[in-house]
Amino acid sequence: MKGHLGQRILQVLPTLLLVSILVFCLQQLMPGDPALVLAGEERDPQVLAQIRAELWLDRSLPIQYLHWIGGVLQGDLGFSWRIRQPVLQLVATKLPVTLQLGVMAFIIAVGIGVPMGILSAVKRNTKWDYIANGIGLAGLSTPNFWLGIMLILLVSVKLGWLPPSGYVSLAEDWRQSLATTIMPAFVLGNAIAAVLMRHTRSAMLTAMDQDYVRTARAKGLPERVVILRHALRNALVPVVTLGALELGTLLSGAVLTEQVFSIPGFGKLIVDAVFNRDYPVVQGVVLVTATVYVMLNLLADVLYVVINPRMRGA
Amino acid sequence: MRRSQLARACLVTASLVGLGSHATRAQEAPTQTLRVALAEDADVLDPSVARTFVGRIVFAGMCDKLFDINDKLEIVPQLATGYEWTDPKTLVINLRPGVKFHDGTEMDAAAVKYSLERHLTFPGSSRKAELSATEKVEVVDPLTVKITLKSPSAPFVAQLTDRAGMIVSPKAAEAAGKDFGLHPVCAGPFKFTERVAQDHITLDRFPDYWDAANVHFARVIYRIIVDNSVKLANLQAGAVDIAERVAPTDVADAKKDPKLAVNIIPSLGFESININVGNGPKSKSPLGSSALVRKAFELSIDRNAIMQVVYNGLFLATAQAIPPSSPYYNPAVKVPERDIAKAKALIAQAGFKAPVVINLNVSTSPVQKQVGEVIQSMAAEAGFDVRVQATEFASMLASEGSGDFEATAIGWSGRVDPDGNLYSFMYTGAPLNDWHYSNKDVDIWLDQARATTDIDARRALYGKIVAQLAEDLPVLYLDNNAWVTVANKKLTGFRPIADGMIRVQGMQLAK
Repeated sequence: MKGHLGQRILQVLPTLLLVSILVFCLQQLMPGDPALVLAGEERDPQVLAQIRAELWLDRSLPIQYLHWIGGVLQGDLGFSWRIRQPVLQLVATKLPVTLQLGVMAFIIAVGIGVPMGILSAVKRNTKWDYIANGIGLAGLSTPNFWLGIMLILLVSVKLGWLPPSGYVSLAEDWRQSLATTIMPAFVLGNAIAAVLMRHTRSAMLTAMDQDYVRTARAKGLPERVVILRHALRNALVPVVTLGALELGTLLSGAVLTEQVFSIPGFGKLIVDAVFNRDYPVVQGVVLVTATVYVMLNLLADVLYVVINPRMRGA
Repeated sequence: MRRSQLARACLVTASLVGLGSHATRAQEAPTQTLRVALAEDADVLDPSVARTFVGRIVFAGMCDKLFDINDKLEIVPQLATGYEWTDPKTLVINLRPGVKFHDGTEMDAAAVKYSLERHLTFPGSSRKAELSATEKVEVVDPLTVKITLKSPSAPFVAQLTDRAGMIVSPKAAEAAGKDFGLHPVCAGPFKFTERVAQDHITLDRFPDYWDAANVHFARVIYRIIVDNSVKLANLQAGAVDIAERVAPTDVADAKKDPKLAVNIIPSLGFESININVGNGPKSKSPLGSSALVRKAFELSIDRNAIMQVVYNGLFLATAQAIPPSSPYYNPAVKVPERDIAKAKALIAQAGFKAPVVINLNVSTSPVQKQVGEVIQSMAAEAGFDVRVQATEFASMLASEGSGDFEATAIGWSGRVDPDGNLYSFMYTGAPLNDWHYSNKDVDIWLDQARATTDIDARRALYGKIVAQLAEDLPVLYLDNNAWVTVANKKLTGFRPIADGMIRVQGMQLAK
């Protein structure tokens, strides 16, 4: 077990190095000159030359990469070319926002998806199964941006219950913070809930047919215990894997939702950075996201062991 | 006893007076917050470096300029009280006394000299080109500055109505260096408090502002709301008080809402199709190589119909770079009527056969794509095969700069002086002349219009320039776009001005 974990941790470093090289090279393939974008309407050749020199854009690519990665290794992710704020500061401001949104969305997704999956499996081929499947299908097929705008129009404009957009941090005012994030979290969690529901249902159906479940029933255990302690615990292993992947996706993939609700999170940061060719921000955000993603997968590995004792010997 | 009574009476009176004056101050000190929705995030908040339109809106609340413009596009004093050309190359500016920066230091001639020189020398400054005519800046006395130019430049004062005229605190700028944009210190009505990138910028009232009586808010929060529908929803829900650049398609809904007021003002800029007439192999296309084909293309489209279909009739069709609000507008250069038969004849006269292929780059915005599609459908009737290529903005700019384009639909936010809308685009070898247009007469007229401050002489020169450009058609001007600003009706005092800025002075929110 310790060896396995140690091996996984050792794999993290080359993965992240590869990610850094990949993201650096891939963004060079993007058409468009960052200096031109930065210069905006003031495209004077003198200004362009100065911008290129200041941002090292007039050096060779390997030199640019080494300059950047050298800073990264010293904990300096560079500064945003567009607004001149340090990337680390931007990440530190945006990460808690996205984490809060992601965790809330994940809680909503798990809170809806897993019970619905269990219900659907236990009540297989009954009206409960059909209702749960119907809700799941609706959640999967509703585009986030559409659901977001509809919710804003209904809940904020029509009913005036919640603010239509914006973000207040938990530290500033936790009530207002929840009020500003509950709608986007629901929109984000909704689609993931559907995915979790489908996977929980399928894993539960497999688990319910296993011998140990039959044995548990034969022992005369109450059905609640059979389902929750025996079937669900085994069924959760693939669901946890999926959950970790989805949580990772939430960190980088909440772009549309953040845009609709004007939430200043990671998704919005990276999209704006790509459009503005703000390379240090793109690189910094991808690197941080990749690190978090890798860490979540590591966490999932640990969770397997906690959930499934048979893996402890592995 | 009497003395003690007198003393007590004096004390009571004094305390009442004190309370009274305190109460008056409390009444006078504004407590409300103005919430402004911006369509995108600003770039760095340093007047020397800043490049975005949206950044100028934030500066309007934070950094006063030497001069401003009014609704008639006249240059009016702001930090200056007036100016005088003592000879065609010498500008003397008189400054307003008693003006303080947000850090409490004095705004004087030395600060003006420092700021103008900083604009000219700061690494990465975007103001260099705007102030390039400057030879030297001298302090005459604490309230007088003398600027000597290398050559006469009529648009010079107009440049000082924008970021080039913003005066920053020398003490703060020296201390902050390159990071000044993170903590800007100017002499405007509000001082910088906080910025959360892509979310909001907060400014707080500057009590020592020279025109403090005209400022009725304690705080201004600029919130970044990119999505048009969400922007409108925020206005309707009362979550913001005013929003800039509301989409023309949302105007009908905003007008229906009894709580909202819609302000539409023609801008100083334009939208156009830039045609590659001389930059590399792509300029050899039928459109790039023949003015007759360009004229045919112009006659094949109905600009007024585009305005109705795409912009709900809010923008004004035009055929020149100078907006109708400018005294230099040439009314003789009119938008031509659509004439398919003549367009076909011109194509034949130029020696081409239909279909004539035009590769038109547009940005990926839905509105620009729609403009491209309407043009495509109209021009097809005259024998043009317009291939609309929606390209992401940064890539489109790069293609235009390298000459890898035949025609590009793009916009320009506009400048007060016509020089700003023409020189850099049409002068041979100028920085924004990506299509490499070159006409010796136009170059001479542009130089002459720069060199004279006589309004009639300039009007005549710009009249000739726009007429010549309407013949050569390196750029097909489509419309003089408009700034659509929607505000809560409780908000009064908003002055719509053609530069699209939101000036907080004089604005009030009824309770």
